[in-house]
Amino acid sequence: MQPISHVAGRAIPFGRKNVDTDVIIPAHWLKTITREGLGRGAFEAVKKEPGNVFTDPDYAGAPILIAGDNFGCGSSREHAAWALLDMGVTCVIAPSFSDIFSGNAFKNGILTVALPQDAIDRLMEVAPEQPIDIDLETQSVTTPFQDRWTFEIDAFRKHCLLLGLDEVGLTMAQGKQISGYEAKAKADLPFLARTPATA
Amino acid sequence: MTNTPRTLYQKIWDAHVVDTRDDGTSLVYIDRHLVHEVTSPQAFESLRVAGRPVRRPDLTLAVPDHNLPTTARKDAEGHVLPIADPESAQQLATLKKNAPEFGIRYIDSTDAEQGIVHVVGPEQGFSLPGATIVCGDSHTACHGGIGALAFGIGTSEVEHVLATQTLLLKRSKSFEVRVEGTLGAGVTPKDVILHVIGVIGTAGGTGYVIEYRGNVFEEMSVEGRLTVCNMSIEGGARAGLIAPDDITFEYLKGRPYTPVGEDWDKAVTWWKSLATDEGATFDKSVFIRAEEIQPTVTWGTSPEDTSAIGGIVPAPEDFADASKRDAVKVSLDYMGLTPGTRLTDVEVQNVFIGSCTNSRIEDIRAAAEVLKGRHKADNVKWAIVVPGSGLVKAQAEAEGLDKIIIDAGLEWREPGCSACLAMNPDKVPAGERCASTSNRNFTGRQGPGSRTHLMSPAMAAAAAVTGKLTDVRELMG
Repeated sequence: MQPISHVAGRAIPFGRKNVDTDVIIPAHWLKTITREGLGRGAFEAVKKEPGNVFTDPDYAGAPILIAGDNFGCGSSREHAAWALLDMGVTCVIAPSFSDIFSGNAFKNGILTVALPQDAIDRLMEVAPEQPIDIDLETQSVTTPFQDRWTFEIDAFRKHCLLLGLDEVGLTMAQGKQISGYEAKAKADLPFLARTPATA
Repeated sequence: MTNTPRTLYQKIWDAHVVDTRDDGTSLVYIDRHLVHEVTSPQAFESLRVAGRPVRRPDLTLAVPDHNLPTTARKDAEGHVLPIADPESAQQLATLKKNAPEFGIRYIDSTDAEQGIVHVVGPEQGFSLPGATIVCGDSHTACHGGIGALAFGIGTSEVEHVLATQTLLLKRSKSFEVRVEGTLGAGVTPKDVILHVIGVIGTAGGTGYVIEYRGNVFEEMSVEGRLTVCNMSIEGGARAGLIAPDDITFEYLKGRPYTPVGEDWDKAVTWWKSLATDEGATFDKSVFIRAEEIQPTVTWGTSPEDTSAIGGIVPAPEDFADASKRDAVKVSLDYMGLTPGTRLTDVEVQNVFIGSCTNSRIEDIRAAAEVLKGRHKADNVKWAIVVPGSGLVKAQAEAEGLDKIIIDAGLEWREPGCSACLAMNPDKVPAGERCASTSNRNFTGRQGPGSRTHLMSPAMAAAAAVTGKLTDVRELMG
C-alpha cells in the first residue's frame, strides 16, 4: 500500500447520494483476476448521462471525488476501491460512507473523509473552479478561498495510511497470540475450533 | 463483565476477541470462511507472492456460484460442458486451482453440494450459531439467521483471514428490530424484511449490527430467518442476527459439518446461553407491528423504496428530504413509472425466482404452490426458477415441484447466483421489468437498463401468472 499524507488537486463534483458499488463498478467488470484496469468500467452507467462529471475533461485524472450520503453502499466488492484508484482517485469526501466500502478504501490507501452536508455543498461550488487540499496529518480540508474544515479519522487507520503499512504483515506478527486463542478455543469451544471428521 | 447483561452480538463478540488495542480496535477470531470465485483471486495471488500459507484451510470452504451459467452443466453423455464466456471461465478455473493449492476443500460446479455460498453454508452445517463467519460477499449477513455473527468483507480482508484467521474490527453499535404480532396470510419473511428496510432506510443500520427480536422471528423457520438476515446489508447493517433456539438446533442436527457426540452437547449448552440477557440495552430500537406488514414490493432503485402491493407509485414531492426527492425523480425515470400508477397495473416481462435471499426449498415450495395448475401470462417472456443448491434442486424434484414449475411455463435451472447480478448469462434486457426475489433493485443490477421489482417467491410466482405485479392473496385458495 502506498503511504498517503496529503492529497491536493481537482475534485470531481459528483455529489450524488446513496451511490452503491454496483454504480461505482458494475458486476460484469468483476470477472477479472487482477486489480488493474478497472477505471475503464468505473461509473459506466453515469458516464452515459449527458453532462456527467466523469467524461468532463476538466476532471480527468482528478485525485478527489465529492459524493453524497452513504457512499459505497451495497455489494462488498473491493473492485470499487480498485476502480477509483485506477481512475486516479485517492480521496473521497462525503457526509457518510458504508462500513464495508470505507474499510476497503482504507486497505487500498484511499482516504475517506466524512464532512457535514453544508461543507459538501460548499465543496461542490468550489470544485468546478479551484483545487482542494486534504492534509491527513492535521486532518483538515482547505480551499484557496480560505474554507477550512477538520475531519475525524480512526487513529490506527491514520497511522497505517501515513506509513503505508501492510495489515496482514502486522497481524501475522501477532501469531503467538492467535495460537493462544486457538488453544483456548479448542478447550472451550471445540465445536467451533474444529470441523467434524464426518465433513 | 459477566454480571452486566449482554446482547447476543456482544456475547459472540466477547468470545472471539484475540486482542484489543488502546484505540478500541480488536483482533477478532474467524471460525468459518466461505470463498467464491469473484472476490478471492487477488487475495490468493497476494498470498502466493508473499509466500504465505492459509492458516486454517480446515475452517475454509470454497464454492463457485456468481459466474456459473444456470443451464445444463453436462451434456447427454455426462461430459462437463465448457463455460462460453472466457473471463468467467478463467475466474472459475482460478478458484478451482487456488483452493486445493492452499489445502482448501473445493466443491465443484457439477457436485451435488454446489450452490450459492449462503445456501451451502447453513445447508452443510458449516455455518453454526455463535460462530464468526465471513465471506467476500455482502450477503454473508444471511448466516445470522442461524445465530452466527456473519458479515461480508472485501478482498483485502479475505486475504487477511486466509493468512491469519482473524480480522481487525471495531465493535459495532447494536440495533434492535422488534416485530411482534401475527403476520397476515400471504405475508412472508421477505415481506417482513422489505418492510423493515422501508422503515429504517438503506443507511439506517450503518455502523450497527441488527438483532431481529420478537415473536415473529421466534416463530419463523430457519430458512425464513436466513431470508431476513440476508437483507440486513440492504438496511446498511453489516450483520443481522436472530438468537439460536430449538428450531435452529433441529435444523442443524445431522448435517455434514454439524458437530457430533460430545461436541454437539457442549455446543447446544453454549448456544442456549447466547440469547440476549434480560436488561441488556441496545443503542437503537425500532418496533413494528406484524399486522402493519402487507405483501410488499419495491418501485424504485433503492431497497428502501418499498410499498404494500395495494399502494401506488409515489411522486417525488411526497418526500420531505430534498436529496431523496431528486433521487426518486431519477429513479422513477429509470424505472419508467408515473407517480399515481397503481402498482398492480405495472406489467412485467421477466420473472426471477432465486438468489441467496430466496432459493431454498421453502421458497421453491411457496412459488410452486401459486403456480400449481396455472400458467404464466403471455406477456411474460422469460421466467426462471433457480434453486440455491444442488441439494435444494434434488429435494424439489423429489417433491415434484420441478414438474409444477415447468408445466406452468417457467424454466427450472441449475443452482447459482443467476439473475441476481449481471455476471453470468442470466440477464434482464434493457428497459424491461423483472419481478425478482433477489435483494437489490439497483440501477443496472440485473443487466444494463434492467428494471427490478423486489418481492417474495409467492408474489413473483403470482406476477408470472398474471403478467403484472399482483397481490398474491387474490390467487390464494
